[in-house]
Amino acid sequence: MDQVTGLRCRECGREFPVEALHVCDFCFGPLEVAYDYEAIAATVTRERIAAGPRSIWRYRDLLPVDDAAPVDLGAGFTPLVRADRLAAELGLGELWIKDDTANPTGSFKDRVVSVALTKARELGFKVAACASTGNLANSVAAHAARAGMASVVLIPSDLEAAKITMTSVYGGTVVAVDGTYDDVNRLCAELTSEHPTWAFVNVNVRTFYAEGSKTLAFEVAEQLGWQAPDHVVVPIASGSQLTKVAKGFAELGRVGLLGEVPSVRISGAQAAGCSPVATAFAEGTDAIRPVKPSTIAKSLSIGNPADGWYALQAIRESGGACAAVTDDEIVEGIRLLARTEGIFAETAGGVTIATLAKLAAQGVVRRDERVVALVTGHGLKTVEALAGVVRPTVTIAPTLDAFDAAVGSLSGLDGASGAPGAADPVPSTVTPAATTQEEPTR
Amino acid sequence: MSVSVRVPAQLRTLTGGVGEVQVEATTVGEALKALDVAHPGFAERLFDSAGELRRFVNVFVADEDVRFLDGLATPVAEGQVISVVPAVAGG
Repeated sequence: MDQVTGLRCRECGREFPVEALHVCDFCFGPLEVAYDYEAIAATVTRERIAAGPRSIWRYRDLLPVDDAAPVDLGAGFTPLVRADRLAAELGLGELWIKDDTANPTGSFKDRVVSVALTKARELGFKVAACASTGNLANSVAAHAARAGMASVVLIPSDLEAAKITMTSVYGGTVVAVDGTYDDVNRLCAELTSEHPTWAFVNVNVRTFYAEGSKTLAFEVAEQLGWQAPDHVVVPIASGSQLTKVAKGFAELGRVGLLGEVPSVRISGAQAAGCSPVATAFAEGTDAIRPVKPSTIAKSLSIGNPADGWYALQAIRESGGACAAVTDDEIVEGIRLLARTEGIFAETAGGVTIATLAKLAAQGVVRRDERVVALVTGHGLKTVEALAGVVRPTVTIAPTLDAFDAAVGSLSGLDGASGAPGAADPVPSTVTPAATTQEEPTR
Repeated sequence: MSVSVRVPAQLRTLTGGVGEVQVEATTVGEALKALDVAHPGFAERLFDSAGELRRFVNVFVADEDVRFLDGLATPVAEGQVISVVPAVAGG
């Protein structure tokens, strides 16, 4: 049995029953899931969570679903990786990467979609639909296949090739639309009115969908040995993920999984070519002015972010910041993370790392903080961003002479940087099993 | 001139279930006010106390967000379609 008391309007506070509703009938404001936190606090424990599956479903007490057998490809419980080499490059102290490239379809969207389709099936829907910049499309198509549901996925026609293939392979209906994501989203929102029997994960079941992002906060805290970080850097597209990460940390305090409601600074990362939230933050205004996106970070190309205002409030209330980075900085961010930590992120991850670098250089993200950066999608999804930037070092004939001539002269491969056994300490990847042996220290 | 306003499912309780309403107007603002006169209740849901569109309400003319045009002062032509769409999450 879930502990949901209903849906509540974020604007006027009116309550609604648990149905496929996303907008308040009275004021047209967005709805949010409301829980009985006292009931959750009475049952949830760290031990109960530790005994659960190695996926987001270990936190089901804090998710809005009843179904004992969720629509599940194994989303979540991704590695939290200590990033000492990257920290050294950026002049930071304790830095961790939440590596959500390790999700089943390669992005954090598996968290939200697993929750959304489980709830959609529970509510009786047979068709899963969405508008997507790519990652959501991949995940909806895959989870619908897993659940035996039909799917209708709408994407901008100019998406990266891998994201189109990764959506189409699952056999659902994929509609490429000549337009921006905001055009696709508008079409999808209108389709929702005309196809009320379809579960549009980011429209009529978004109230439930969005809750899945809280699991990022839950996992980070658990993987840090049930401690909150001081500062989290989160990419912003619609702003939903950042808002829910903030909610996730607050809930951990509220239900007693952390000693108190933690004080976590939350900072937002955007691409300069689509930075309505960063612009509002920099200008100190409340109004989020929509923009026409133009950036290689297509998964963050939402010019009219629905939860932008809420994300901005969460950033300001937490004492965080929001910054934007150029396409060149995004590419450099991807390469920096790959070179220092062995993690290959998509463009959105490049945005996060480049923004982290910028905020660290400005002293906003501080050396005395325990910092977590969310890397939310896999680099194989956006290889176009690196075209002409990375390539084989040399191409040679298959002979020793050719190898010696080309590689033998390259510096740094022999001697200086690496006699066997003299390697740098290996950074840890924390799992609950490991946290008991290796409690992170400040 | 006569324009159509497309009403989202969540607000069709105000129109008796009708999804598209014809009104007379020369601007987006006039069209939405005419919609409220024909079917009272729209104004308080779409506009804030200053008379501006609320931040989670999106209005499109010929598929373009009016925030990129002249907002509520955006002119409308005979037969054009205005869509009222609630903000949705995404990604």
